[in-house]
Amino acid sequence: MEIIESARPVYAILVSLLAVVLISFSGKSPNLREMWTMLAALLKFGLVVSMLPTILAGKVIEYHVTRVLPGLDIAFRVDSLGMVLALTASFLWIITSVYAIGYMRSMDEHAQTRFFMCFAIALSSAMGVAFSANVFTLFVFYEIITVTTFALVAHEETPEAIKGARRYLAYLLGTSIFFFLPAMFLTYNYAGTLDFAGQGILAGKASYTIISIIFVLYIAGIAKAGMMPFHSWLPAAMVAPTPVSALLHAVAVVKVGVFTVIRILLFVFGVDLLSKIGLGTYLAYFASFTIITASIMALRQDNLKLRLAYSTISQLSYIILAVALLTPSGITSSMMHITIHAFGKITLFFVAGAIYVTTHKKNVSELNGIGRQMPFTMAAFTIGSFSMIAVPPFGGFISKWYLIMGTFEAKLIPILIVIVVSTLLNAAYFLPIVYAAFFKQPESGEVHGIKEAPALMVAPILITAAGVLVLFFASPLLLNLVKIAVASALGGIY
Amino acid sequence: MIKHLPALLIVIPLLVAIITPLIGRINRALSWYTATITTFISFVISLSLLKTVLEQGRISYWMSGWEPPWGIEYAIDYLNIFVLIIISFMAFVGAIYSKKNIDIEIDEEKKPFFYSVYLLFVTGIMGMTVTGDIFNIYVFLEITSLSSYALIALGKKRQALLAGFNYLIMGSIGATFFLLGIGYLYLMTGTLNIADLAVRLPEFYHTKAIFTAFTFLAVGLLMKLAVFPLHFWMPNAYAFAPSTISAVMAATGTKVAAYVLIRVMFTVFSLEFYAQAPFNIQYILLVLAVAAILAGSIMALAQTDIKKMLAYSSVGQIGYILLGITLMNTNGMIGSLIHLLNHALMKGTLFLVVGAVVYRTGLTSIENFRGLGKKMPFTMAAFTIAALSMTGVPLTVGFVSKWYLSVASIEIGMWWLVPIILLSSLLTAIYFWRIIDNVWFKPALGEEGLEHGHDNHRKPKSNDAPASMLIPTFTVAMLCLVFGVFAYGPVSLAEKAAMILLK
Repeated sequence: MEIIESARPVYAILVSLLAVVLISFSGKSPNLREMWTMLAALLKFGLVVSMLPTILAGKVIEYHVTRVLPGLDIAFRVDSLGMVLALTASFLWIITSVYAIGYMRSMDEHAQTRFFMCFAIALSSAMGVAFSANVFTLFVFYEIITVTTFALVAHEETPEAIKGARRYLAYLLGTSIFFFLPAMFLTYNYAGTLDFAGQGILAGKASYTIISIIFVLYIAGIAKAGMMPFHSWLPAAMVAPTPVSALLHAVAVVKVGVFTVIRILLFVFGVDLLSKIGLGTYLAYFASFTIITASIMALRQDNLKLRLAYSTISQLSYIILAVALLTPSGITSSMMHITIHAFGKITLFFVAGAIYVTTHKKNVSELNGIGRQMPFTMAAFTIGSFSMIAVPPFGGFISKWYLIMGTFEAKLIPILIVIVVSTLLNAAYFLPIVYAAFFKQPESGEVHGIKEAPALMVAPILITAAGVLVLFFASPLLLNLVKIAVASALGGIY
Repeated sequence: MIKHLPALLIVIPLLVAIITPLIGRINRALSWYTATITTFISFVISLSLLKTVLEQGRISYWMSGWEPPWGIEYAIDYLNIFVLIIISFMAFVGAIYSKKNIDIEIDEEKKPFFYSVYLLFVTGIMGMTVTGDIFNIYVFLEITSLSSYALIALGKKRQALLAGFNYLIMGSIGATFFLLGIGYLYLMTGTLNIADLAVRLPEFYHTKAIFTAFTFLAVGLLMKLAVFPLHFWMPNAYAFAPSTISAVMAATGTKVAAYVLIRVMFTVFSLEFYAQAPFNIQYILLVLAVAAILAGSIMALAQTDIKKMLAYSSVGQIGYILLGITLMNTNGMIGSLIHLLNHALMKGTLFLVVGAVVYRTGLTSIENFRGLGKKMPFTMAAFTIAALSMTGVPLTVGFVSKWYLSVASIEIGMWWLVPIILLSSLLTAIYFWRIIDNVWFKPALGEEGLEHGHDNHRKPKSNDAPASMLIPTFTVAMLCLVFGVFAYGPVSLAEKAAMILLK
């Protein structure tokens, strides 16, 4: 594999940090401030895209920043897996920024400068996670995300928001310090390095018992992936303003979580080692439990954002389940679902926010007939839900298709049943919303005629909804990128 | 001139300490300048000594030309230059910072005496660090102790006198033990020079007298170091001393005691001694270290006064330093030495922040920190950095020491120490979180009604600490980050020192 030395990943990270400084100085003039956000978002996306051809050509970009201690380096390495997250995150940041500007202004929110600053830092760190060359660098950025998004979750500063934010911080920080950090420490102790490598770094370095302990510590430590029992920070974080929820769910937090799981499983443990010990199968069943339980919990939620939150928990475990199968199609599915779920879920959250801004309704039971008032928004919601259920021709179908192939490859037929049941449950908690929105009569006294959210909010919704369709029809684009990552994880077999 | 730098390091502050009250007679404000300039000169001399040590290795300076072991030798190697840099830097920072601080915390007419005693204190700690003669260490130890009793008692609260008196009693017992230990050593070997002792002592290792000597030395130093359960003098001393003194003593006083402990344990005595001692000394010290780590953190949780909380937190941190020493392997020693630097920076920052808060609000209760994030944003940013570092967040200095201590624990098969380190990090996180929460997320006392609106979000006026306090505080806080990212510099120096100690 050809390695190219370039500082471009560092620039991609720094560009939004620079924006933070500019944003902090432009608090007095909102338009200038928002211009910096947009400029940084576009520039960041441009930088990420500029690295794409190199990666597609099968090369990797590396950059070593500094050595903190022997074996602990701050270093970046752009490969195809990192590219999947980076592309998704940087593209959706542009869209979310537009949406956030619309939302924050419509709601006349306070402390908008702090809001956009934290937003930018969170995105920088998400890039940092995507491009990390070793566990240490990844850990550092992982923690920065926790702290900055904490400020976003607590944004409203109401007692309720602060309570939710505290739980958010306690779960994410607690698990990472108590499990992730010792796992990293043990990895360093046994493997002697923390650098990610295609076939893992732990094989042959420790007994199976120790490797299993490290494995459990990692899985418990990466609470951002939303696996039960460390999932309840996610519903708690729903007190945040909707753009934050969208960002949290689509990009910066949960996707970083599952990305970290994939990264650790494939590039620290390695596929061979995991299948030899059989840890993948355990994880697959564990994730299945989360998938089903979270779906059932989603059914019971009346608050739309909460329902979406539980749906996210369940969908994240799809990604973990898929990678835990340790087969080519399974891994493909997990990586593709990072992007596909991001587009679908961000659409759904955007819609929830649009509904709230326009009608101040939060609950599913109040949405009767809202499709007549907000046809574009609800059409986008329908697209997002169908993608979650995995109906063709929406993006979700592609990743589920590969997931099913993966279960056959891994010969885990019980998992197939889990997938079928959870698909039914997905339909059960999304379709009633769509049905109520378009086919039920609105309650009396409601305004008739079309009254959509501000254009700055509707446009992003339509773009991400369109993205869900594009991901189906143009799936080979994403597939090519993912295939390179799968090949490097499987030692070029795929 | 250059040859005499080790002597000048001590002589300059000593002489200036004597003339400072005279200068104060001319003009009280001048005493600040003399103290600041003197500590700055000491810092520069330390830097130049560091350069010499890095280039040429150990420096041996013979006082008035008397050849050791008959004369007093000043011996500077990788170990004590490391400590010397820390203490001379913190003394300099403390001197700058003191200007505004003592305006409110010390009576106007006592200022020249304050600086005089401050310089004596600095002389003492630097003397203890550079001297290569164990009796000379005792002499400087007494200079340090006497001046610190006075400095603590200068605090304006009435309790300061009692705190100073308590410290006087405990400190004197500790110093006496130390002196008794020296007596036994001299009795058996007939020498007081540390290098000479190291050569002559091994043949007497099996004797009861030498074992008794070690016990006296160790207990005396553990008292000075405020190792749990011998820490009782410390919380009140830190709480009622003027803030500058709390910061400087926390950053230098205990560090020097730890240095002397390391020197006695690994230069005067050696690993062979512990191998054949009638008790398992390593095990006893390890238990003390773990007890200190946990007890310090737990007691810190219970405090409502920030200075006391920080003092108890120091008890825990001293446990870390002792832990690294008792592991008796290279990585443990690196962890310990690097923690001398790291704790000096972190605790220094925290106490300096408290001084700034006292300057603006006059209060030290944790409750009083509510809403300070909006009033003193930069000071509180420094506090937050130091608090994160205390918790051991990566890219701060706190992480580096905990990393080394964990690696060392695993190396000698004591993996159970890792969960203890983690647990104490968690406790640290909890007791700092209470303050961070107050600082950034709660409205100031009496201003609750103004919050939680979107429209009436009035910004309280920012009224940060004066520059002469803010700049030193922020600089030290930044060093917590700098040495957290570029940890390799201090670590490599600590590594060289550790190699020599454990050879």
